Amino acid sequence: MINKLEMQPVTRRDLLRYAGTGALAAVAAGLLPAMAQADAKMMADAMKKLIGDKKPTDGKITLELPQIAENGRTVPIGFEVDSPMTDADHVKSVHIFADGNPRPDVASFHFTPQSGTAKVGVRIRLAKTQNIVALAEMSDGSVYMGKAPVKVTIGGCGG
Amino acid sequence: MAKAKTRVKVPKSVKKGEVFEAKALIKHKMETGQRKDRKTGEKVPRFIINKFTAEYNGKQVFASDWHPAIAANPFISFHAKASESGTMVFKWTDDKGKTVEASAKVNVA
Repeated sequence: MINKLEMQPVTRRDLLRYAGTGALAAVAAGLLPAMAQADAKMMADAMKKLIGDKKPTDGKITLELPQIAENGRTVPIGFEVDSPMTDADHVKSVHIFADGNPRPDVASFHFTPQSGTAKVGVRIRLAKTQNIVALAEMSDGSVYMGKAPVKVTIGGCGG
Repeated sequence: MAKAKTRVKVPKSVKKGEVFEAKALIKHKMETGQRKDRKTGEKVPRFIINKFTAEYNGKQVFASDWHPAIAANPFISFHAKASESGTMVFKWTDDKGKTVEASAKVNVA
């Protein structure tokens, strides 16, 4: 983030235009959230740790999320994975990530054919408006992905 | 955590083969490790429940690994397929390795 800002060519005219509080606010707004949230690399690492190098395909996962979460301290989320849940074809695990939290991993859920359906409801913390990503690992080794945004009015990670 | 308050629920009665919902709630502050103490300015150490499992008649039907993004007083709902009448045992494990169990009777009609 810092490098990116420095790399932009700044002319004297720009400096004058952005002089004063506007520039400070822009810098503060750009830097502070960046320090407290997971970046793309952390997200990729967290996913890799759980599913390895497998490439997820879109589909099969229905995410139930509030459009707007007024309080990020407790956000009800849910998901359901389309699967017959038989011994031969079932959902093994579902991993949930939040790309705008200080740590992207939220939880992993593990199922068996006796689960009947891979449907879960849970309450989570969200630091800010961000995407929820779900990865479902099937018994045949394939991985499916679902992704949806949640707007958060008040963040829930404490300060 | 030994005296932690829990609430668990399964339907009063289910038919054989039916997929039913089970719900579990436990009282726990789920300290993230991100929060700072207002007086000292020091980070409050992480202390969460990191594992939740459910066994139906001694067989695991659901398991989950939790990270600090799980809200305080965590609630979870999941499903299981009714086979025979018996017990659903819910088990929470915290960062210090302590466990709490709660159970509910499953009546299969």
